[in-house]
Amino acid sequence: MNKKFVLGIYDDEDVLLEAIENVRAAGTKIYDVFSPYPVHGIDDVLGIKRSRLPIVAFFCGLFGTSFALWMQIWMLGFDWPMIIGGKPHIAIPAFIPVTFELTVLCSAFGMVITFFIVSRLKPSFKVNVFDKRSTDDKFVMAIEVKEGVTDMSALNNLLRSNGAIEVNEKEVIK
Amino acid sequence: MQHVSPIREPLVTGGKTYHDITQDVCRQVEAKPNIRWAAALAVALVGLAIFLYSVYRTLWYGIGEWGLNKTVGWAWDITNFVWWVGIGHAGTLISAILLLFRQKWRTSINRAAEAMTIFAVICAAMFPVLHMGRPWLAYWVLPLPNTFGSLWVNFNSPLLWDVFAISTYFSVSLVFWYIGLIPDFATIRDRATGPIARRAYAALSMGWTGSAKAWSRYETVSLILAGLATPLVLSVHTIVSMDFATSVIPGWHTTIFPPYFVAGAIFSGFAMVLTLMIITRKVFFLEDYITLEHVESMNKVIILTGSIVGIAYTTEFFIAWYSGVEYEQYAFINRAFGPYWWAYWSMMTCNVITPQLFWFRKIRRSLTATFIISIFVNIGMWFERFVIIVTSLHRDYLPSSWAMFSPTIIDIGVYVGTIGLFFTLFLLFAKFFPVVNMAEVKAILKSSSEVKHAHTSHGKSMHGTAPESNTNTPHTNE
Repeated sequence: MNKKFVLGIYDDEDVLLEAIENVRAAGTKIYDVFSPYPVHGIDDVLGIKRSRLPIVAFFCGLFGTSFALWMQIWMLGFDWPMIIGGKPHIAIPAFIPVTFELTVLCSAFGMVITFFIVSRLKPSFKVNVFDKRSTDDKFVMAIEVKEGVTDMSALNNLLRSNGAIEVNEKEVIK
Repeated sequence: MQHVSPIREPLVTGGKTYHDITQDVCRQVEAKPNIRWAAALAVALVGLAIFLYSVYRTLWYGIGEWGLNKTVGWAWDITNFVWWVGIGHAGTLISAILLLFRQKWRTSINRAAEAMTIFAVICAAMFPVLHMGRPWLAYWVLPLPNTFGSLWVNFNSPLLWDVFAISTYFSVSLVFWYIGLIPDFATIRDRATGPIARRAYAALSMGWTGSAKAWSRYETVSLILAGLATPLVLSVHTIVSMDFATSVIPGWHTTIFPPYFVAGAIFSGFAMVLTLMIITRKVFFLEDYITLEHVESMNKVIILTGSIVGIAYTTEFFIAWYSGVEYEQYAFINRAFGPYWWAYWSMMTCNVITPQLFWFRKIRRSLTATFIISIFVNIGMWFERFVIIVTSLHRDYLPSSWAMFSPTIIDIGVYVGTIGLFFTLFLLFAKFFPVVNMAEVKAILKSSSEVKHAHTSHGKSMHGTAPESNTNTPHTNE
């Protein structure tokens, strides 16, 4: 299915932030905003909720801690107990370094893999970039056009009056 | 959100626009390799060849190719291992700890510093693996059920902690570095003209489009990875120091080792970052991004960590005397005045005395002086590891087992070879990957660039107008 978008191109982050507020206040739904770097404060004006990735990281870390402790206690304490340097079989202080490392490892990898999945990031040769300048020096605001519902000239005026240097249309094959 | 301090120097000079940053950083990725780069790569490849030959000799004839003996069973290999791991730490420090501390000056150097970390850890890992003598059995250090029954690895041993610490450190640093590269790969992908480059960078950039939601998650991920990497970097060198500290050898068995090793690691790492950055900014014309302000900031870290290391040396000596343990006292007298006195005093000169020159602002801001001192620090830190390891081992409790250590040509070959390996990897990185983190530099451009400074000093504001920093014409109000 083809989807049609109107793209407002901006060249300043402060103009962009004000434009987002005004466009949203005018009742227009913004599909997405693309920028070459993370714009400070864009989350609030776009209404992006705080990411829940920290929670993922916490639980992955918790899994790492318990897995590492279980592994060491079971291996050296139960499966094949050996006396090493007169230490007890389950020498918790000696297990701390490995436990810490596995906590960090599971936490980092769990979070990053989740990040890739939820952001739909995967190695692919074909990438649908709305405007290639958005990875260089321009900020692109994309608004989805609904046939017969959206008033194109009003939308054009709205974007232009809020500082867009260009307004383009783009069709995307989904 | 517009803060500019009149007392802070701009971090990006030359009145750059966003587009200029893209152009300047992508230039060496897109252009044909220049002659200086090719010449440097040729030298590095010679080093790599020396490495491969020395490794071949070590593996074919065994560890007997090295100068180790029954008394000094761990000499250059562990010295080089600890030295390389230490060098790696500055990269994580710059990218993680300075990110948590909101230090904006990290942005233009963090990418190269992280790359340095990855390559230094690769070089470091070579030594324990080769020291095994049979690297094809290296998987024995992993807790895998094996054919001898379920005899497990010894989790009480600091050497095994090292296995977990170094492999975790390596993989987390690699992920951190790669996450940071994704948006910049996308920039190169969108500019690429050739089909191979376009496909390669498209695959590497994971389909990044720079949407606001993705950026929001990206920043969360970076922050948490920094939070995880910060204790990780401290733990890695702490554990490396425990290889020594948990033994009973005089001169090793000290509680000061973990903090002292961590300080030494940051010290040597920053020295290596400086050595590399001074060359990189020159070769790739990045003077506007890696400014004197950056060099000065790094030199300040060198003074701090260099002084910590100096205090640690003194404290060790004092505690050896104060403990009243004659073996400990002898070990330290022997370090300073025994047969390896030259190594000890090289270490003292390079690590304690030379970095103190950075108290002078003129020296701190001189590129030549900084380059020379950074090399001195690199040498001094190598001697520190050598002094700790060899001087403590060569005279232990039994005078009947006293011996001297001298390296063979293969010992030297492996060490020099890893430097070749390191520079080969670094040069390839500098050619095919963006050396400066474009997205992060763009993010600080409005608050810390020269354009912004010029505007504030004239009492103008960039807010709400069409600012010059965003047009594609070069800015010329200097």
